[in-house]
Amino acid sequence: MTTRTAVTLSHLDALEAESVHIFREVAAQFERPGMLFSGGKDSVVMFHLARKAFWPAPMPFPLMHVDTGHNFDEVIEYRDKVVDETGVQLLVSYVQDDIDAGRVVEETGVGTSRNRLQTAALLRGIQENRFDAVFGGARRDEEKARAKERVFSFRDAFGAWDPRAQRPELWKLYNGNHRKGEHIRVFPLSNWTELDIWQYIEREDIDLPPIYYAHQREVIERDGMLLAKTRFLETLPGEEARTELVRFRTVGDATCTGCVESDAADNAAVVAEVAGTRVTERGATRADDRISEAGMEDRKKEGYF
Amino acid sequence: MSEHAQLLRIATAGSVDDGKSTLIGRLLYDSKGIFEDQLASIEATSAKRGDEYTDLALLTDGLRSEREQGITIDVAYRYFSSPRRKFIIADTPGHVQYTRNMVTGASTADVAIILVDARKGVLEQTRRHAFLSALLGIPRLVVAVNKMDLVDYDEATYEAIRSEFTDFAAKLEVHDVTFVPLSALKGDNVVDRTDSMPWYTGPALLDHLENVHIASDRNLTDVRFPVQYVIRPQRADGLDHRSFAGTVAGGIMKVDDEVVVMPSGRQSTIKAIWGPGGAELDEAAAPAAVTIALNDEIDIVRGEMIARPGNRPHQGTELEAMVCWFADDSALTPNKRYVVKHTTRDTKAIVTGLEYRLDINSLHRDPDSTELGLNEIGRIGLRTQTPLMYDPYRRNRDTGAFILVDELTGNTVGAGMIIGPATTGSNVVWHAGAVQRGDRGQGRTLWLTGLSGSGKSTVASEVERLLIESGHPAYILDGDNLRHGLNADLGFSAEDRAENIRRTAEVAALFADAGVVVICSLISPMRADRDKARSVHVAADLPFTEVFVDTPLAECEARDPKGLYAKARAGEIPEFTGVSAPYEPPLTPDLHIRPEDGTAEEVAQRIVSSILGI
Repeated sequence: MTTRTAVTLSHLDALEAESVHIFREVAAQFERPGMLFSGGKDSVVMFHLARKAFWPAPMPFPLMHVDTGHNFDEVIEYRDKVVDETGVQLLVSYVQDDIDAGRVVEETGVGTSRNRLQTAALLRGIQENRFDAVFGGARRDEEKARAKERVFSFRDAFGAWDPRAQRPELWKLYNGNHRKGEHIRVFPLSNWTELDIWQYIEREDIDLPPIYYAHQREVIERDGMLLAKTRFLETLPGEEARTELVRFRTVGDATCTGCVESDAADNAAVVAEVAGTRVTERGATRADDRISEAGMEDRKKEGYF
Repeated sequence: MSEHAQLLRIATAGSVDDGKSTLIGRLLYDSKGIFEDQLASIEATSAKRGDEYTDLALLTDGLRSEREQGITIDVAYRYFSSPRRKFIIADTPGHVQYTRNMVTGASTADVAIILVDARKGVLEQTRRHAFLSALLGIPRLVVAVNKMDLVDYDEATYEAIRSEFTDFAAKLEVHDVTFVPLSALKGDNVVDRTDSMPWYTGPALLDHLENVHIASDRNLTDVRFPVQYVIRPQRADGLDHRSFAGTVAGGIMKVDDEVVVMPSGRQSTIKAIWGPGGAELDEAAAPAAVTIALNDEIDIVRGEMIARPGNRPHQGTELEAMVCWFADDSALTPNKRYVVKHTTRDTKAIVTGLEYRLDINSLHRDPDSTELGLNEIGRIGLRTQTPLMYDPYRRNRDTGAFILVDELTGNTVGAGMIIGPATTGSNVVWHAGAVQRGDRGQGRTLWLTGLSGSGKSTVASEVERLLIESGHPAYILDGDNLRHGLNADLGFSAEDRAENIRRTAEVAALFADAGVVVICSLISPMRADRDKARSVHVAADLPFTEVFVDTPLAECEARDPKGLYAKARAGEIPEFTGVSAPYEPPLTPDLHIRPEDGTAEEVAQRIVSSILGI
C-alpha cells in the first residue's frame, strides 16, 4: 500500500501550503474580503488555490474585476466561462464609469493607456463593496517595488501604500488590524516566481485563456516590443502590422501589454521556455513599467496593488 | 529546476558597507537569476551615477529613496534557484532599524548568512547579528568572510576571523557554523570556486547552500495543530462535512491517532486528513496546510489546539518571553496592555514585569531598566486573558512565537519568543532567597546520553574528577543510582522513563542553580524527554550541554559491562534500549563523542575545556 503523505514537501507543495494558510487566515480575520481577478495567469492560480483552501466548501468571498474596457476578447470569454462553471460571484468595476462620470480624465494620444486610471476604479470598487481585505495576485519577483511588499499590506483610507511605515511581518503571524475605512491588501502569491506559477499550472493542469500559448497574431512592433493589433491600439504613421507566432507572458490592458515570439503551445513547452528566458515578464511585455524607474512604486503609493 | 526541488529560506546580515547587497547581486547574477532587462536597468543607473563598475546592489535596493541614498531601508525578498533548490533570500538592512528588520527577515529563515569584511574582522555588528540569529532560533550560520581580494586572499587573515568568531559563537546556542572566504565583487567562491585561495578546501557559498541539510530542523516529535478555520459547508444537497483547517505546527499527524483538543481536554481520534483541494492523506507534518476530521462530535473553534494526549503543549496564562521591541513612538513598560497574536489565537495581555534589558552588543543584562525602546530586546513576564497553548520557542518556532499588537493603533509593536511558564505569579509562589545566583558559582548541567555500555559513566566520573581537582563544585547524577532512591517507584515503560528524566532534570537544575556543575549520565533514549530537560534549564536561565556519547550498538554489546545485553538478547529484559526499545540519537548535540576520540580521560579533558575553558 502506498502511503499518501504530506511529510516531505516539494517547493511547490510548500508554496501551496503557505498560500492556503494565508487564504484561511484572511477568511478568519476579516468580515468582507474580496479577490481581484483579471483572468491573467496569476489571478487564475490564486483563484485555484483559494478554492482548494476551503474544500469542500465554496470559497467564502467574491471576485472583483477592474475592467479597463480595453481587454483581449479571449480573456473576457475565459472570465465569463469561469464564472459560469464555478458559480462564483463576480463583481466588475468599470473604468469607463469613472470616465463617464468625470472622476478621471482619459489621456489622449499615441502610447497612452488606461492602466493608471485603474487605480480609481479599484478604490471605488473596494469602497462600494465595503471590502476590508482585498486579495491581489502580485508577486515579489515581478518588480523591485513589489519585492518590498508585505503579505498583509496595510492601506490607509486613501488606499495608499507607505513603504517606509510597513508593519513588520514575522513567522506565520499576519496582523490584519485596521480601522473603518482602512483595508488590507493580501498577496498570497508573494513568494512565487513566474516559473513556479507555470510549474504549478502544469502540475495542476489549470485551464488558462488561450492567448498564453503560441498562436498566429497580427502585431505592431513599437519600442522593441510586440503589441497586438486590436481595435484599441492607435497606430503611428509608418507602423505596419505583421503576423507572427506569439504568446503572452502577462495579460493586462491590451494597449500596453506586449507579446513575445514563441512556439510554446502547451504547458510543458511554456515551462521550458520560462526556465530558459533571460528577460523578465514585465521587462518583455509591460510598456507602462518603462515610464520611470519608480513607476510601480509611485502607482502603489497612489493605491494600485 | 524540477518541481520537486526543496525550498530554502535565507536571511542575510551584515553591517553597512560590507557588501551584502553586492553578495546577493552576485549570487543572483552568477546563478543566472538576474534577467537581461534588470541588468540593463542597473547598468544604466550605475553609469548615470558615474560608478566605475555595475553596482549589483542596485538590484535589491528597490525603492526610490534607497537608490537615491545608496542604502537599504527595508527588507526585500529575492528569489533564485539552482537545479536542486529554490532559494528565498530576505535581504535585511544593516543599519537603519537593524534589529527590527533582521528579526523580521530571520523569523522564517533556515540559514543565516553573516557577512564580515575581511579588512575589519569581527565587529560589534557581527556579534549582534550572530546573537540575533541564535535568539531567533536559526539552526545554521554561514559566516561569509567578504572582500578577501582586498587582503590579498591572505589565509592568516581569514583564520584569525574564523577563530575569533568561533570563540564568540561558543557562548551562543548555535551549533552549526560554516565559514566561506569570498569576494562578492570579484565572484570568488560565491557561485564558483576560485583559484585565488588554494588554501581553502571547502565549498563555494552556493554549493554549501545547495547541500546544507535542513530536513532535521522540523519538529517531527510533538504533534501540534492550531485550529485556524472550521469548514462546514451549507449546501442544499445535504453534504455532511465538518472539518478543521490549519497548518501543522509540529509532529507527524496520522489517521487513527488519538488526539486531545485543548483547552477543553476532550479526546477523540483522527478520522481523515485532507490536503488542499481534498487530497486524502495518511499523514502530515509541518508546514503542510491540511484539514482534519475527528471521529467524535466535538465543538472546536479557531484558536484551539489539537495535540496528542500524552504529549501536550504548555497551557497557561502566565509566561516568560524574550521580546524585541519595534515601535518608535512608544516604549514597552510593565503593566501595559497589548493584544497577543499567538498561533491562531488572539488575546489581551498585560506585561507583568521587565526582568532585564539585554545589551545586544555586550550581552550584558540590565535588571534595573524600566522600559524597552525601539530595537531593544528584553526578558518579560506576560499574563494573558485567555490561556495560550504553547511550547518554548527553542522547541518549536511556530508554537513558541507571538507578536504584540498595540490596542489603539493596531500596529505590530513587538516580537516575542516564549521561554516557558512564569516562575512567579502563579498560585505557587517561588520563594526568592536573600542570596542571588550571581553570588554563588556558575552552575551548569552536562547531560550525557548514549546507549547502555557506551561509556557514559566512565566519562562522567573522569569529568567530575577533573572539575573537583580544579576547584569547581561538581556532582554526578547517574541514572542507575537515582533509580535506587528518588526514582525507585518508576519502571521502564515509556511514561515511567519520561518521568525518570523529568525528575532528574528538575534535580539537576536545582544543583546547577546552587552553583554546581552537575553531570547527568542517563541513557535518556527519547529526544523529546531530553529536550524537555533542556527546556527546564532554559526556562531557569541555566546553561545546559547535551553530550552525545556515540558508541555504536555493536561495540556496546561487545563490551556489555553489566551483562545486560546478553540478558536482553535472551529475552530476560523487555524494553531494553537498542535491542527491543528505540534510541533516538541527538540531531544536533552540543558535543559529539565517538570511540575514536580517545580514552575516557582524553574525552573528559576535552569536555571540560570546551565547556569551562580550562
